[in-house]
Amino acid sequence: MPETAMPETIEKISVTLKVNGKEYQRLVEPRMLLVEFLREELDLTGTHVGCDTTYCGACTVLMNGASVKSCTTFAVQADGAELLTVEGLAHNGELHPIQKAFGDAYGLQCGYCTPGLLISTYQLLEHNTSPNEKDIRKAIAGNTCRCTGYQNIFKAIQLAADNRKGA
Amino acid sequence: MADEKQNGKRWVGASLPRKEESRLLRGLGKFADDIKLREMLYLRFVRSPYAHARIVSVDTSAAEALPGVACVLTGAEIAAQTQPFIEIGPGPAQNIKDYPLAVTRARYQGEPVAAVVADSAALADDAAELVQVEYEALDPVMDAEDALTDKSILHEGAATNQVWNGVWEFGDVEQAFRDAAYVVNIDRMHFHRFSSTPLENNVVIGQWDPKDEHIYYQCNNSFPSFAVQFLSSHLGVPIDRIRVQTADIGGSFGIKITSYPQMAVCALASKKAGGRPVKWVESRSEHMVSSAHGNERTFRKTRVALDRDGVITAIDSHHIDDCGAYPRYEPLGCVIWSQVFPGVYRFKNARIDFTQAVTNKCPVGPNRGYSRMQHLWFLERVVDICAHQIGIPADEMRLKNYVRPEEFPYLTPNGCIYDSGNYPKMLEVGKKLIGWDDWKAKQAAARAEGRLIGIGIGTTLDSGTNNFGQSQIVNPYAPFSGNSQGANCKLDIYGEVVVAVGSCPQGQGHETTAAQVVADVLGIHPDKITVRTGFDTERNVHTGFSGTYASQFAVSGLSAVHGAAQKLKAEMKRLAGHVLETTEDDLEFGSGEQGPEVRAKSTGKSINYWGLANIVNVNSAVLPEEMYDVTLNCRYVWRAPFKVPDKERKYGQLTLTYASQLHIAVMEVDRETFIPKILDYVAVDDCGTVINPPIVEGQVYGATAHGIGAALMESCVYDEVGNMLTSTFSDYIPITAVNMPKVKYGHVCTPSPHSYSGAKGMGEGGAAPIHTISAALQDALYASGVFIHDSFNNADSIFRVLAKKEGGQLAELVKLEKRAQANGATK
Ligand code: FES
Ligand code: FES
Repeated sequence: MPETAMPETIEKISVTLKVNGKEYQRLVEPRMLLVEFLREELDLTGTHVGCDTTYCGACTVLMNGASVKSCTTFAVQADGAELLTVEGLAHNGELHPIQKAFGDAYGLQCGYCTPGLLISTYQLLEHNTSPNEKDIRKAIAGNTCRCTGYQNIFKAIQLAADNRKGA
Repeated sequence: MADEKQNGKRWVGASLPRKEESRLLRGLGKFADDIKLREMLYLRFVRSPYAHARIVSVDTSAAEALPGVACVLTGAEIAAQTQPFIEIGPGPAQNIKDYPLAVTRARYQGEPVAAVVADSAALADDAAELVQVEYEALDPVMDAEDALTDKSILHEGAATNQVWNGVWEFGDVEQAFRDAAYVVNIDRMHFHRFSSTPLENNVVIGQWDPKDEHIYYQCNNSFPSFAVQFLSSHLGVPIDRIRVQTADIGGSFGIKITSYPQMAVCALASKKAGGRPVKWVESRSEHMVSSAHGNERTFRKTRVALDRDGVITAIDSHHIDDCGAYPRYEPLGCVIWSQVFPGVYRFKNARIDFTQAVTNKCPVGPNRGYSRMQHLWFLERVVDICAHQIGIPADEMRLKNYVRPEEFPYLTPNGCIYDSGNYPKMLEVGKKLIGWDDWKAKQAAARAEGRLIGIGIGTTLDSGTNNFGQSQIVNPYAPFSGNSQGANCKLDIYGEVVVAVGSCPQGQGHETTAAQVVADVLGIHPDKITVRTGFDTERNVHTGFSGTYASQFAVSGLSAVHGAAQKLKAEMKRLAGHVLETTEDDLEFGSGEQGPEVRAKSTGKSINYWGLANIVNVNSAVLPEEMYDVTLNCRYVWRAPFKVPDKERKYGQLTLTYASQLHIAVMEVDRETFIPKILDYVAVDDCGTVINPPIVEGQVYGATAHGIGAALMESCVYDEVGNMLTSTFSDYIPITAVNMPKVKYGHVCTPSPHSYSGAKGMGEGGAAPIHTISAALQDALYASGVFIHDSFNNADSIFRVLAKKEGGQLAELVKLEKRAQANGATK
C-alpha cells in the first residue's frame, strides 16, 4: 500500500494581477504555475509550454517590465505584478511593429515559439535600440524554435529594430 | 474587370505573405492544448522506470480512492477489451502484441503502464503517484547487433528480436569487385538516434460519446487517416465513427504520426469515465522518453569497388536498423531508404543486406528525412572516405560519381525514376557561395599552423510522394499501394471560395500555397480564398493517405487542390454560359466591381460568384434540369501514377519526385577543447518550380538547423541498463540561436516532369548537414588518423577519438586494397 495519503484540501491563495492592462483576481493552489494561470484561469492561450526544464522560452512573458519564463514562476509570485503577454501586443487590432516585422521577414512557421520570441524581442528593443547580430542571438538564446533554423528570426528582429529607429 | 495577378505574374511563384500569420502573430493560433471542453478530464500516464521488466502487479486502489479521480486504466484492462495494433511486418513480426499500455512486460524506459484520469491535471499528477506497480527487472537489450543474437527476447510471441531481413541486389556485384582497381573495406559505421522534437508536444483530447457511439478526437496527430486505420481495428469501432480534427500544429517533422496509442488510451479512458472528454498533454520529458525517436542504423562490413579513376562501380554492405521496442510504423523504414538506393551517384552494382531488430529503447517513428537520411549518410561517408583513401579531391570525387544532368529522368538500379536534377550545377553554386578557392587557401595556411580545419560537401536527396506499394516489398500481403490526396473547392451559399484539403500542416504554409494555386485558376486575389485550417475526417476530403508527411504537399496536396479548382471552374463555366447566354469560350474569369465574377467577352455582361452560388443553392427553380449535376462543390482526388513494385526483385518506382540539396561546411576542431565549430556554411536547394520562395527558403533553413543540431548536439543517449540520459531539453540541448551559424542560401531549379506545376515535394531536406559536417570533420581529422564513423560528433566524442584513441581509428576501421589494375591511375 502507498504510504502517503494526499491532503484532503490544499489551501488556495488569492492572486491579483494586471495582464495586458486588465486586472484579474483568482484563488489558486500555491503550486499553480504562472503559465497555467494565464492559460487555464484567464484563457490567454497565446503563451505556450514547450518543455519542463526552463529551456525553450515558449512561455516567455513580461513581468513588471522584465521577461520571465512563466513556466518557472508560480502564479502567487506574480501577485500584484503587471504582465504583458502576446495578446497584449497588438493595439486596436493593429499588429505591433515587432509582430509585423516577424510576418514580413517570414520569422515563423508553425508559430508555436512565436509568442515567446515576440516578448523576448520586445524586451531586447526596450533596452537596446540598435542591437547587433550578437545582441540578437543572445537575447533569444533562451527561446527555442524548431522550425525556422532562426535565420528569418534574426532578420525579423533586425527589421523590427530598424523600423523602430526609422519611425 | 481584371485578372488579379501579382504584378502581371501568376500567384504561383510569388512571395506572398502567409495567410496563417495574422492569428499566429497575435497569439490566437488554434493549438490542441488551447481547447477546453465541458466536463473535461485530464489524463496522466504511469510509466515504467525500467527498460525491460516483467509487470508483477499493478495496484490502482489508492489512486482510485483519491477524490476527483474518475478512473484508472491498466494494460490488462485494455488487452481484455481490444485487439493489439496492426503489425506491418511479416512472419514472426505478426506475433508481436502491441497495446497502448504495457500488459505483462515493459519494454522501454518510459513505456506507459497505467493511465490515471482526474478532474484536473494536478489531481491526475497526484493520483499517478499513488499507483503502485511491482516490477521484476529483466535483461535489457540496448544494441541492435546484440539483439540479433536473441539472448534476451523482447516479444515472446515472435521468439526473435529480428523484425525483418531482406537483400537488395542489382547488377553484377562480384564481377565489379573482380574488375576493381581499388577496394575499400569499412568495418563499421553508425548513424545515431535523435529526434526533431517539435516544440509543441503531443496533445490528444478524446471522447467516446455514448450518445452516438462515436469517438471524437481533437489532437495534433500529423497523419490522421493512418491513425484512424490503426485505431478502428484496435478499438473495434467502425472507421466512420472516428472523427479526427486537427487545427494549428506546433511542428511535427514526422514524429506526431506516432501518437495513435495515446489516442486509443484517451478514448478508452473516456469510455470508462462515462463519456466525458479526456485530455492528455504530453510533457517534454515524456516526449523525450516515449513519443518516437529517429531510426538508429549500423553499417557493417562495407566493401566498395572503384575503377582506376575513382569511379565507384559497386557497393556491398550489411545494414542493421534499430527500431526500438515496438515496430509500429516500422518496418516500413526497411524499404523506404531504397527510394534513394544509389543516392545521387551512378553506380549500378550493389548489394545491401538489410535487417531490422527490436531493442529496449523508445520505439522509432518517421523523423524528418525518415529512413533515407541514414542511407544517404552512409553513401556520403562511403564516397567521402574513398576519396580520401585514393587521394582524390572532394569536389572532383563527387563530379566523377554524380548522376549527370543529361541522364534525367534517371532510372536507378532498383527501378526508381529520378525526375530531374543538376548536381554539378549545385556544386558550382555552392562552391561559389562559400568561396571555395579562398577557403582552400586559408585551410592550407591554417594547417601549416597546426590548426584542424576541414571543408566538407554533402549531396543528398529528399524523395517525396511515396508509392505505398513499397510496403509490399516488406510484407507481400500489405494492402497498400499508390498514393493519393483529396481536396474540395466550392462556392459557398453566398459565393465565397472555400478550399479544403486532406493535409494537416505544421507550419509549412499550406493555407497560403493552396490559395495561390486556386487564385491562378480563377484569376482572383488569394485573399478572396478561404482555405480551411487543419484536418477533419468529416470534411470528407481525405483519402487513406491524407496527412502531412514525407515531402509531398507541393505535389500531392497542390495537385489535388488544382484538380478541384479546375473542376469548380468547369462547372462555373457551364452555369455562367447558360446565364449569360454565350459559349464557354467567350467567358473570362477575374474580378469586377461586384467582386470575383465570370464575364462574357462579347457582350460585357457578367455574373459574380454570389449570383452563381445563389442559383445553385437557394434559387434552384431557375436552374435548367440539364444542369442539376452542377453543385459548385467539387471534390477531386489526385492519384500518383504508380504501379505495384516487383516484390521479388524489390524493383519499381517508389517515389514521384526527388528534390536535391547540396551543402558545404567549413569546420574547425579546437585543438584544446575539441569543440567542433562551423566557420562557414552554404545550403543549395533544388525543389523544382517553387510555389512560394520564402516558404521554401524557410523549410531549407529549418531542415538545416535540424541537421546541424543532430550532427553536433542532439543525441538520444541511453546507458547500458536502458536509462535515457537525455530525457529533458536541458540534457538533449536542441540547437539554439547561439549555436546556429549563419546559412548562405543558394538555389537551382530543375522543374519536375512528374508534377503539374514542375514542383517537387520538399521540406525534409535529406539531412544534408549531417553528411556535410561528417565530411568536413573527416577532412579536418583525416591526417590525424581519424575515421568519422559516427553521424554524431560533439567535443566529447572527438576528444575520445582524437586524444584517447577510443574507436574511430582509420587504421582499424578502413582498409584500402590496391589491385594491379590501379597502376597508372589518374590522381
Ligand atoms: S515552457 Fe517555459 S521554458 Fe519551456
Ligand atoms: S516556428 Fe515552429 S517552433 Fe518556431
